[in-house]
Amino acid sequence: MAFDSPPVGDLQSMPALLARNVRKFGARPAYREKEFGIWQSWTWIETAEEIRAMALGLLALGLERGDHVAVIGRNRPAHYWSMVAVQMCGAVPVPLYQDAVAEEMAYVLDHCGARFVICGDQEQVDKVIEVQEHIHHIDQVIYTDKRGMRKYDHGHLNWLHDIQAEGRAGHTRFDEELDRRIAELDYDSTCVMLYTSGTTGKPKGVVLSNRNIIETSKNSATFDHLKEREEILAYLPMAWVGDFIFSMGQAFWSGFCVNCPESPDTMMTDLREIGPTYYFAPPRIFETQLTSVMIRMEDAGKFKKRLFDKYMAVARRVGPAILDGKPVSGMDKFRYWLGNIFVYGPLKNTLGFSRVRVGYTAGEAIGPEIFDFYRSLGINLKQLYGQTEASVFITQQPDGQVRSDTVGVPSPGVEVKIGDNGEVFYRSPGTFEEYYKNPDSTADTKDAEGWVATGDAGFFEEDTGHLRIIDRAKDVGKMADGSMFAPKYVENKLKFYPDILEAVVLGNGRDRCTAFINIDLTAVGNWAERNNIAYASYQELAGHPRVLDTIRSHVEEVNKSVALDPMLSGCQIHRFLVLHKELDADDGELTRTRKVRRNIIAEKYDDLIAALYDGSETVSTETEVTYEDGRKGSIKATLTLVDAVVQPVADKRMAAE
Amino acid sequence: MNDMSQGNYTTADGRKIGSVLMEMKNITLRFGGVVAIKDISFDIHEGEIRAIIGPNGAGKSSMLNVISGFYVPSEGEVWFRGAKRPQMRPYQVAQQGIARTFQNIALFKGMSTLDNIMTGRMTMMKSGMAAQAMWWGKAEREESEHREAVEKIIDFLEIQAIRKTPVGRLPYGLQKRVELGRALAAEPKLLLLDEPMAGMNVEEKEDMSRFILDVNDEFGTTIALIEHDMGVVMDLSDRVVVMDYGKKIGDGTPDEVRNNQEVIDAYLGVSHD
Repeated sequence: MAFDSPPVGDLQSMPALLARNVRKFGARPAYREKEFGIWQSWTWIETAEEIRAMALGLLALGLERGDHVAVIGRNRPAHYWSMVAVQMCGAVPVPLYQDAVAEEMAYVLDHCGARFVICGDQEQVDKVIEVQEHIHHIDQVIYTDKRGMRKYDHGHLNWLHDIQAEGRAGHTRFDEELDRRIAELDYDSTCVMLYTSGTTGKPKGVVLSNRNIIETSKNSATFDHLKEREEILAYLPMAWVGDFIFSMGQAFWSGFCVNCPESPDTMMTDLREIGPTYYFAPPRIFETQLTSVMIRMEDAGKFKKRLFDKYMAVARRVGPAILDGKPVSGMDKFRYWLGNIFVYGPLKNTLGFSRVRVGYTAGEAIGPEIFDFYRSLGINLKQLYGQTEASVFITQQPDGQVRSDTVGVPSPGVEVKIGDNGEVFYRSPGTFEEYYKNPDSTADTKDAEGWVATGDAGFFEEDTGHLRIIDRAKDVGKMADGSMFAPKYVENKLKFYPDILEAVVLGNGRDRCTAFINIDLTAVGNWAERNNIAYASYQELAGHPRVLDTIRSHVEEVNKSVALDPMLSGCQIHRFLVLHKELDADDGELTRTRKVRRNIIAEKYDDLIAALYDGSETVSTETEVTYEDGRKGSIKATLTLVDAVVQPVADKRMAAE
Repeated sequence: MNDMSQGNYTTADGRKIGSVLMEMKNITLRFGGVVAIKDISFDIHEGEIRAIIGPNGAGKSSMLNVISGFYVPSEGEVWFRGAKRPQMRPYQVAQQGIARTFQNIALFKGMSTLDNIMTGRMTMMKSGMAAQAMWWGKAEREESEHREAVEKIIDFLEIQAIRKTPVGRLPYGLQKRVELGRALAAEPKLLLLDEPMAGMNVEEKEDMSRFILDVNDEFGTTIALIEHDMGVVMDLSDRVVVMDYGKKIGDGTPDEVRNNQEVIDAYLGVSHD
């Protein structure tokens, strides 16, 4: 299959797409940002002018072809613009996670050899200054938000606004050079470099070309019929490939409007005000929203609660069928119509989903109850499966074929095959060029024919052709008796309970499974309040006997459901404990995209693991924690170990064969 | 005339402190037979952060009430911006450019954050009550201008997410921040903070300290504050007045005050023969 297919006309780069959008959609809004309580908006014409001024300013500052420019900040139009401006200069934008602590940032800045760094605010500038004690190739630091920056030494520090002003003033000097550099960009030029969060080892820089980004955007936009009238809310980390595809690639390809929230805390309000038509969120966000809806319904009056329960039952029964256009009885249609007036409509409006035409979730498995809840409300929520190396899309669910346990069929232009060991492989026009400065890893991941190993184990369902993912291929192990150990499968079932935020199942190579559980402070805290249970801290609540009881009942429910699957019935949880602290990315226990890092957890809590297997009733431990500003402290706790009832697995031996 | 003035000076972190903004001359305050403040003099320079500290019942809050015009001193003079201040009502003092927050939060609990901060601009609204009620012509324009100023404060204090939330529902630390916002809305020359950190946890204290420093830095607002948390006082303030039993027992930079024997005695206690 020829992936070096010729591009459509001369649309070979983001700047070229920008120029086309100015011609085609000139007066339509391209970006909005809420500031000072008002949505400020920029048309494509205004956007192009801003970006050009930035690019000219960067040239004036001495940005060279092939330089790497790190962009660290929250989702703001200026940050998206700066990435295009960097591309115009022939340099490579490298968006980074803004919540990374200085030492994590140091590794990435050092690895990509960034000469320029664009920071959102003082906090990011401080981190970069700290990093500069060790690495010395950073030439210029640029910041967007001026607050608190007055007293800094501005020798190599610039306000983005000043750079634009300088660019505008000096445009006659740099116009020609800038146009030359823009014209040099083609399908093979690097569009962006994104660092993978890395569940194991150091982050790797994934180099994505214009071909990767534009072809993927084109295919996926066609798949879901995205047009210039879509509205999206850009709130997920800019360093994540999904945000780059949705807020840059697809937005530039389709010409739709990207809306940036006022601050991370106002995201829900902003979502409601914008009412996006195209929406993406990881399962966690849907879970949090559902939890908060349920908590508020618990606190609502009797009448409202009854109305909600009655019509949600109707929605659960017929909602998904109506959404998929399957036949339902006239009476049910009428009931659903009433429910829409009383419950679903207002609820969707409150959640900001009134206008969602296409919604996606990915990254982790989503609980069937959660998934069905949104779909039954009439929200077209679908799943996709992807990764940074694929420019997101590997498989996705077409309209009308949506289920919670599959991730859909291969996306347009993507080939997928299953390896002998069950691992999923793919190749596509979105397949990354290479890992930056890491040919070994590149060769390990991508073979000569362009097939990329995903590291996930999965299989295609025979009747539907949909892909199902079981677990990370390397996490799938064997129990002592040889039966299959797939921790994520069980963890996901646990996490579908609102009380459980995170779970880590242990047991690879052992005779039985155990688990660490993190409670969800919002849900459990609210429950505690309603039941008059006083608590002073997370730790105290997590250790409360009644909380442990509740969690045990959840674990036992999960055991029942796991026992039904003959292949995985060995993964029932015999014992568990509720951790005294939340697993946190700052402590290295989760990745920045909140995936569990098993090795680090196993190492850090080896005393707890030992206690889970040696039969003791309680265990005392001390754990190091990292605060948001990078300082370290420690928590001491005594944890209770709880036994859970497991179901008999008489047919286990058979299944293992 | 100005015998107490130390003139302009530069702080340890390099900020230029201007001339005397407010001067208290020999202030005595009596409630019947009780002497709350006894013959105290000190000054506040433009652009500085000035702390008033002392054990419980030392007369700190009374002092702040004298500055804000809530109490009228029995003896002594208050000089503000180079002129002796005549006896005034608190709202007149406010119009002069002095704003304050309260030890026990004094917000309108049922009103939103936005509306509460908006009330801070009351003294600046020119259109009459009828025009405002009709929301017509000049009043409408005026409200937009004030709203813009309030939105800048909301942005500054990072409370966008609670803009429309009734303040009664907010946690204590945020209510304190809203109160600071309301005081800032009056664009004061001198900002009085009565125990801005009382009852806060460490994280909230750090946030509040950051905002106080930022206010001083960004707007150049002179700040006088009362605070119990010694760590906070010593970190924040440029100069400190120490009071005990209504008398001034120390005045100077945090380091000077920390090493003052009389201050140490007042805080740690000494045996009386």
